[in-house]
Amino acid sequence: MTSEHITERVKNQFGDGLVDAFETYGMLTLVIKPEINIEVLKFLKDESDLAFGFLKDECGIHYPFNKDEELGVIYLLHNLRANVQVRVKTFFPSDKPVIRSATSLWAAANWMERETYDFFGIKFEGHPDLRRILNVDDMDYFPMLKQYPLEDGTREDKDDKMFGRG
Amino acid sequence: MEEKDLVLQHKEEDLYTLNLGPTHPATHGVFQNVLQMDGERILDSEPTIGYIHRAFEKLAEHRPFYQITPITDRLNYCSSPINNMGWHMTVERLLGVQTPKRVDYMRIIIMEMSRITDHLICNSVLGVDAGAFTGFLYVFQEREKIYEIFEEVCGARLTTNIGRIGGMERDFTPAAIKKIKEFIDRFPKVYEEFEKLFNRNRIFIDRTTGVGPITAERALEYGFTGPCLRAAGVDYDVRVAAPYSSYQDFDFEIPIGTTGDTYDRFRVRSEEIWQSYKLIKNAFENLPEGPFHADVPDIYLPPKDEVYNNMEALIYHFKIVMAELDVPKGEVYHAVEGGNGELGFYLVSDGGRTPYRLHFRRPCFIFYQAYPEMIRGGMLSDAILTMSSMNVIAGELDA
Repeated sequence: MTSEHITERVKNQFGDGLVDAFETYGMLTLVIKPEINIEVLKFLKDESDLAFGFLKDECGIHYPFNKDEELGVIYLLHNLRANVQVRVKTFFPSDKPVIRSATSLWAAANWMERETYDFFGIKFEGHPDLRRILNVDDMDYFPMLKQYPLEDGTREDKDDKMFGRG
Repeated sequence: MEEKDLVLQHKEEDLYTLNLGPTHPATHGVFQNVLQMDGERILDSEPTIGYIHRAFEKLAEHRPFYQITPITDRLNYCSSPINNMGWHMTVERLLGVQTPKRVDYMRIIIMEMSRITDHLICNSVLGVDAGAFTGFLYVFQEREKIYEIFEEVCGARLTTNIGRIGGMERDFTPAAIKKIKEFIDRFPKVYEEFEKLFNRNRIFIDRTTGVGPITAERALEYGFTGPCLRAAGVDYDVRVAAPYSSYQDFDFEIPIGTTGDTYDRFRVRSEEIWQSYKLIKNAFENLPEGPFHADVPDIYLPPKDEVYNNMEALIYHFKIVMAELDVPKGEVYHAVEGGNGELGFYLVSDGGRTPYRLHFRRPCFIFYQAYPEMIRGGMLSDAILTMSSMNVIAGELDA
């Protein structure tokens, strides 16, 4: 199963739904439209020549300067039999951080989506139990968003100008 | 009628809620489970995690690459060296660094030793939870000896921060080589003795077979990796599926179980210890000559005496410590076979001195969500055994 074959199959099925496809550090990455995320994942999972049956990882990412594509969800799928991995990315605006949940396809998505919600505030439609998982329940912000500094901004005893992003 | 069907025939007022944790002597780490109990049978459980959440992913976005290694120590702290080296290899892959064979073999020796310590803890503590204390004391001495080897190599025992990006911090010293030799000579006898106490022990078998089972299909659906997945009968191992650090040079087997219950998990880990031992022995006997780090002066710290006497070295030293690295933009996913499954590092770099985003794929976090399903309908005491045989480590779970 080559990267071209996978890209071709997804392209034929979804047309414009596939925004971009490229290979980076040996891994095929598909960028798709957020509206069809479950359809694409289901297609990759159920088609017998693709059979990406194992959801290995799911996490969020935040690009505050990409207009209307600030937030993203990244899935990592693995076909264990053919030993091929594929990364699926989808981006959507941060003022409407809603995407459908993959829990209908994999039980493993449950906590990974809760973690993504906890860190980035991405709401997963159809998730059975979307609560914070690592942080306290009454936290009123989503800490992994880039606008939140690592430390309390009112502190004056630490100067982080030389290291890190401050 | 099956024993499990009895669970359904309860009256509402007979049920009660039991808090197992957050700190409970029978759970090894900070785990909270709110159990719905019918007598001694578990109807349902609700795990709460995050008690030792330390925001590693946020922290990592504010630290240069070499300062992230100590963070990885604190993920699965029973096998820190695997985490450290997994991280080093991720960065090396991003930067395109090729390590010499000697480094790969040294890494294999250290990583397999730490896999042995990880599995020793899991298996012996499983024995303790089942009421067999002796085995634990026998093998803990051996774990101590392995920690002495780590100490000889890097100076620390538990949170090792071992190795560097681009190689090892120093070659094996004569003392380390002597200790590794002693370990290779001594270990088989110790573990054979441990296995004699457990493998065919009637009480242990009765206590662990059929406890907390999971089928291969469910395990895959839940994203299991590592010994827990292999115990269910799926032969997926990152060391074979995507070899790193020259694992392809070695001949070793991937033990698998059939039923995915506690006994299978125990036996899979036991067998993996032997395979790890074989790997250590092979790597140590065939340890190639050569440098103990890649020739990458802009990434790997120069020796201290050169820093004091050589302008070039001083510049490199300064640049490395200040994290002035030429990092390419890009994203890398690199995974290693950790103590309890596939430990993945998803690193997104924007060319800055810190990662733009670093996500740890923690095996525990993903498979611990199957725990309520695995213990449902079982006894409370079996739930304890199931948890210790899954080897859930709080540090990795909560990151």
